Amino acid sequence: MTELSRIWRETEYRYNLIGFKCNNCGESYFPPRDICPHCHRESIGKMEKVKFSGNGEILSYTTVHDAPPAFKRQVPYLLALVKLDEGPVITAQIVDCDPDDVNIGRKVHMAFRKIREDGTNGVIEYGYKFKLD
Amino acid sequence: MSGIVSYGSYIPYYRIKPEEIARIWGDEPERMKKNLFILSKSVPSPDEDVASISVEAARNALKRRDVNPEEIGAIYVGSESHPYAVKPTATIVAAAIGMPLEYFAADYEFACKAGTAGMQNVKAMVDSNFIKYGFAIGSDTSQGAPGDALEYTASAGGTAMLIGKNNVIAEINDTLSVSTDTPDFWRREGEPYPKHGERFTGEPGYFKHVVAASKAMMERRDTKSSDYDYVVFHQPNGKFPSRAAKILGFTGDQYKTGLLTPYIGNTYSGSTMTGLSAILDESKPGDRILAVSFGSGAGSDAFDITVTDEMKDYKRDNAPTVKKLIEKVKFIDYGMYTKFRKIIITGDSVE
Repeated sequence: MTELSRIWRETEYRYNLIGFKCNNCGESYFPPRDICPHCHRESIGKMEKVKFSGNGEILSYTTVHDAPPAFKRQVPYLLALVKLDEGPVITAQIVDCDPDDVNIGRKVHMAFRKIREDGTNGVIEYGYKFKLD
Repeated sequence: MSGIVSYGSYIPYYRIKPEEIARIWGDEPERMKKNLFILSKSVPSPDEDVASISVEAARNALKRRDVNPEEIGAIYVGSESHPYAVKPTATIVAAAIGMPLEYFAADYEFACKAGTAGMQNVKAMVDSNFIKYGFAIGSDTSQGAPGDALEYTASAGGTAMLIGKNNVIAEINDTLSVSTDTPDFWRREGEPYPKHGERFTGEPGYFKHVVAASKAMMERRDTKSSDYDYVVFHQPNGKFPSRAAKILGFTGDQYKTGLLTPYIGNTYSGSTMTGLSAILDESKPGDRILAVSFGSGAGSDAFDITVTDEMKDYKRDNAPTVKKLIEKVKFIDYGMYTKFRKIIITGDSVE
């Protein structure tokens, strides 16, 4: 069984790309952090929840041929490092495109997709993936 | 008066052609294409379902109109393919668009008209000042048994309508419903595919209700077919709506904009609403629209709509139009289709 409490805890962040911004140094983070890794104790009380725009660009990408069971029906699929416009770099799938259309620097935007489901009677996990602009 | 404040649609990227389905089941492709007037249908990818389609449609509506999610007091999602039998799609969508704790929510089911039933409810709640804005969404990843005629048309897609009294782009002048107990189409609890009652599908099902609701609306509003610039009916295939239009005295120019089934198939609960979305994509102030849905079992919801001057400043281009959603597609073969639709079962328990 998947970790139900983890899925529930992360729902807000995964559905809406919500992270944190350190108001001490201005750096943004995803996934959320309670403490800024640069400012340490200086950031206490200065971490602010922010919703990212969902826009970014591809820093690098790969094609996955040997996937975990949750992604078997999507093989081969594209996995990319996406640099959000606000700064954080996240790992996410690129969907609905021909692999030939993807290249480093391509602008992308967030899509809402099913990430995985726990069999036919378990919970369904949703979250962000990306599409080419 | 209340009406549509914003709208958004979503149609999956993948398509399959009737030739490909006919190749597997030994049907004559030209006959199927002609009988159903279908050129392709949309196919959801393995990571898409009614929740993801509904979220994308609702987000597209909010891209066009910047409404504070805290002011959206209700959300109803109509579908016959909700991902859960027990656990609402509506709350998943609400969470994904940032709605607060206090809102009315439910999932609706009335075959293909559950989305328009949601529109009626939201309008009633807005009119009675229960809520400021409300979302009604019609969305499906419909099922057609392998080898069944339904397999040629059962597709995926959805549309979200934000209804309120402020900044209304299309006033809903009136709405009504007709309903009977008719065994034209059903799916029993736990069954993966629906069944259709053969001869009940056409005359006693679709035409009886669509025509009755349309006539009742025109009688109530004292209108005739020529008073409308556009008309959209539920579209189980490409033929039924044009036949209904002919019966009621509408012309091809009035129904062609909203007729999408030939390109995307029957999106069930999304069908009439996505047709209406395509009409709103190109309509101008003053245009009058008749929209009539149909849900098996059976019933029809009719809407008399007038596009307002607000449409001039409305940011339609902030989200993809239906035309745009139909443009960029990828055709797949039947093997890929069975993998995507989980007709092939894998041994893994986690997917």
